[in-house]
Amino acid sequence: MRGRKSGQESRRDTKMKVTEKDVAYVADLANLELTEKERCVLLRDLNSILDYIDRLNQLDTTDVPPMAQVSDRYGVDQSQTGSARFAYAGRDDVHEGLRKSLPHEVALQNAPDSDGTFFKVPKVIER
Amino acid sequence: MDLNSLTIDAARSAVQERKTTAMSLAEAFFSKIGKDDPQIGAYLTLSQERALEQAARMDSLAARGEQLPPLGGVPVGIKDVMVTRGVRTTAGSKILGNYIPPYDCTAVARMEAAGAVVLGKLNCDEFAMGSSNENSAWHPVHNPRDLSRVPGGSSGGAAAAVAANMAVAALGSDTGGSIRQPASFCGVVGLMPTYGRVSRYGLIAFASSLDHIGPLTKTVKDAATVLRTIAGRDHMDSTSADVPVPDYVAELEKPVRGLKLGVAKEYFGEGLDSEVRQSVEAAIQKLAESGCEIVPVSLPHTEYAIPTYYIVATAEASSNLARFDGVRYGYRARDAHTLAEMYRRSRDHGFGAEVKRRIMLGTYSLSAGYYDAYYLKAQKVRTLLVGDFEEAFKKVDAIVTPTSPTAAFKLGEKVDDPLAMYLADIFTVTADLAGIPGISVPCGKTKENLPIGLQILGKHFDESTILRVAHAYETEHGMKN
Repeated sequence: MRGRKSGQESRRDTKMKVTEKDVAYVADLANLELTEKERCVLLRDLNSILDYIDRLNQLDTTDVPPMAQVSDRYGVDQSQTGSARFAYAGRDDVHEGLRKSLPHEVALQNAPDSDGTFFKVPKVIER
Repeated sequence: MDLNSLTIDAARSAVQERKTTAMSLAEAFFSKIGKDDPQIGAYLTLSQERALEQAARMDSLAARGEQLPPLGGVPVGIKDVMVTRGVRTTAGSKILGNYIPPYDCTAVARMEAAGAVVLGKLNCDEFAMGSSNENSAWHPVHNPRDLSRVPGGSSGGAAAAVAANMAVAALGSDTGGSIRQPASFCGVVGLMPTYGRVSRYGLIAFASSLDHIGPLTKTVKDAATVLRTIAGRDHMDSTSADVPVPDYVAELEKPVRGLKLGVAKEYFGEGLDSEVRQSVEAAIQKLAESGCEIVPVSLPHTEYAIPTYYIVATAEASSNLARFDGVRYGYRARDAHTLAEMYRRSRDHGFGAEVKRRIMLGTYSLSAGYYDAYYLKAQKVRTLLVGDFEEAFKKVDAIVTPTSPTAAFKLGEKVDDPLAMYLADIFTVTADLAGIPGISVPCGKTKENLPIGLQILGKHFDESTILRVAHAYETEHGMKN
């Protein structure tokens, strides 16, 4: 709960978790440019959110297995293991051969730039 | 007959019995939208042509005396995160401002196959990221119950359209509460089905282990009707479960006497508005009077749900949203000279502030050196949260809670404080993380006449029970709008 105060809440590192350098690095990973102003706001917001997220460290999860999603636990045949559990998910159309692709012109219909055959992008290779 | 206020069954019957036509029904809704939506802002795109063609089909069935399908002639709206062939779909984002999908979302196709008339696409927070609908790149939505307030989010347009009689029903999506919280704020019914119950094929992905499609409706019975229509295995979505679909509508009539309803103290702590508390406690009392047994349960990790959610959801979002790069569809920055510059600038101009914030947070928590501390940690706490529910459901058939700690807040109130906005989801994110179904049903109003929602959470694939409890509450004690 929001209001519940916790003594263990870690305030020991008063220094910011995320620095300007981190913001620039992560923006680079995420393929974002970001303006100077956006970087400042994100620096503040990420630190405030990560401070809040810190409360997860109150929990000892040493022996707890991670869970990426719930669908291997519910709504499946528990007597099966591994991929046999998801045998139903094999697609009929794939069993019978590849599904038809979108027609070429339909696939290109939303392209910002196209020569009618391919998607066009700025030059990739310098020569 | 006021055509705009009909429920699903009433609308279908009126068309079936030729008291009206699907065509007049659709036109009545378009005219209502034309008149009222400029003040509310629920719709982003109307699909008149598609709607009128479908209405004509339903009218000709009815004229021939044939039985209409379960949603025959019923006007519905679709949240703009579900793709519709030939009808602009933006996900509330500028980056998809001109996107015309070449295929239909399975849930939408199933609605139309059951006779529904799709009026158009409903406003939402950009990529369903938000709790107030103020993150729409186009315009905010005003709560029809009080235009100075938010409708909730991210399915704000869907909840507002149903509340304002601009759609009989709507499809929304719920990743952290985005169906139930706006339903609660606007005084309508909102159902998030079990993870895997409804195909997500054609749902523009936000966080794939948390995304759900579900209905927003005027009544619980309507929610059951829509769920029966859209639920079930779809070979186009490998995460859709291979679990039989019960007749949710028939199941509604089973008695609730003897059902065990859990009440968790963690959902009634500090931060809960006193009027919301009173109203929800009164609703629980009424369910007890209907013969339900109220059982205290504990969900001890509840306070960790928001931090867990904002790690898991943003990590998945940062990956899902990598596809928006200005190459195959969507916005492209025209002033870039290299490919990398084009990607970056397109994403920079195309995405709004909240989307960038989440991409940044998600990318950070997945990045080398932080993965174990954040993403892996959150995945482990997710296991604990799921365990809480597994323990509780050994003792009870369903759990009753407030849907949201407060009624609808004012537009602008939380826009500058992302953390305060995230906390609006405190009672709803748990069900998304655990994959269990949840429904919000109106259970009263504040002194300022703002709706309050009662949330009922159920076991995996047991939508029948939560629908039954919600239906019993609504028919025996519910407040009519």
